[in-house]
Amino acid sequence: MTNSDANIAERASRKAQRKTTPVYLRTVWAIVWKDLAAELRSRELISSMLVFAILVIFIFNFALELDARARFNVTSGVLWVTFAFAGTLGLNRSMAMEKDRGCLDGLLLAPVDRSAIFLGKALSNLFFMLIVEAIVLPVYSLLYNINLLHPGLIAVVLLGSVGYVTVGTLLSSMAVQTRTRDVLLPILLFPIVLPLFIAAVKVSAGFLQGLDMSEIWPWLNLIIVFDLIFSAVAIMVFDYVVEE
Amino acid sequence: MIEVRRLTKRFGLKTVLKDLDFHVQAGEFVALLGPNGAGKTTFLRILASLSRPAMGEIRIAGFRLPQQATAIRHILGVVSHQPLLYGDLTAEENLHFYGKMYGIDLPEKRIREVLDLVGLSLRSRDLVRTFSRGMQQRLAIGRAVLHDPEVMLLDEPHTGLDQDASIMLDGVLREVAARGRTVVMTSHDLARAADLASRFDVISRGKIVASAGRAEMSAERLPVFYREAISETGGRAAASPDHSIHRVQV
Repeated sequence: MTNSDANIAERASRKAQRKTTPVYLRTVWAIVWKDLAAELRSRELISSMLVFAILVIFIFNFALELDARARFNVTSGVLWVTFAFAGTLGLNRSMAMEKDRGCLDGLLLAPVDRSAIFLGKALSNLFFMLIVEAIVLPVYSLLYNINLLHPGLIAVVLLGSVGYVTVGTLLSSMAVQTRTRDVLLPILLFPIVLPLFIAAVKVSAGFLQGLDMSEIWPWLNLIIVFDLIFSAVAIMVFDYVVEE
Repeated sequence: MIEVRRLTKRFGLKTVLKDLDFHVQAGEFVALLGPNGAGKTTFLRILASLSRPAMGEIRIAGFRLPQQATAIRHILGVVSHQPLLYGDLTAEENLHFYGKMYGIDLPEKRIREVLDLVGLSLRSRDLVRTFSRGMQQRLAIGRAVLHDPEVMLLDEPHTGLDQDASIMLDGVLREVAARGRTVVMTSHDLARAADLASRFDVISRGKIVASAGRAEMSAERLPVFYREAISETGGRAAASPDHSIHRVQV
């Protein structure tokens, strides 16, 4: 190494050593801020997710002419199908925005831990998904005449969304690099999140039907374990997924 | 500053770079010339830590790739074919975002300097999607120099630029070079490369096949040197009668 290289390496090391937790969190926040600011201007992502989600529950409403008891039985399934399909639209769009002008490369060129990039993207995707869910739940309540403002149901919607968005963000960053990204994401995503959806439907139905917590806990545990395992895996493998 | 030994990169069965050796001293301005498909962009993407090599050793400022990629990214500025900018953010917001990503202290002051440098101060609050291709490329250059990098990697940076923007870019690159920064630039524009670079390397079929220093290379001589290097790629390159021009045996 030449003297010049050594000086430059020392300067780079000093900069790199500043990579402490506040810098990590600042990076995550910078990405979330950027996604929110861009979405506030374009409104492409939330509007497409929302219109799609409301159309789906309208279609179910007219397709299934249900009595009061049947409504309780199908609600959790209809809700999670709606969230899954609307979420796929959002995940695809969110990563396509990064890819279209090469912005994903811009993020990857930054001297930050790439897991911070993943966390930032996942958090903004989660935020968009929760906004859509917060609008869909009251609309569904009105259409189906069911009170969905149950704390347990809201908690499971939150936990289920975390797992779905975590896996979805990872797979969309993989799918976006292919020509068939729109088709590929649901094909990759749905088989992996199937256990999460089954558990989420069971827990949601349990809360709506007023089942005992002892019957709900095993499914709730499955959601929590899914969230933890896939969050850890996604953070670990994101670097390898995005690099050529 | 940059040392590359026996670099190989494959995409599936296709070998894009094969046993490529490349060395750059600190402060050199290297123009990497070559036909389409020669491997220029792939090579720069590997140096930028966006792509993993199949084999080979890479060191930049003493740091090893890919093991110490984060440290290397602190000292790299990259301009690619695409602007790497968000269309729904303003010019200022884009630079502010990248400033945060690079952990720049006092970003507002630095952002003003950079916008002045690339001549976009008057459009700083306009959305990037309303910019022409040339203006986006100018801002992309601003993004690349925002953190005052030690090494600049430029992949055909003049593509899509009008005359004024090209002159502006040349000015920025001269300023960067004058400050002792190391620059590696791919280009198809031999005249521009002859004007800017201190060394000319020709890459063909995934290897550096010829290299010449600026002192020995006039703007008139460069096209001849380039054509000879490319035409000899399939066979064994003869020693140049001009000893300052090094032919690499392929």
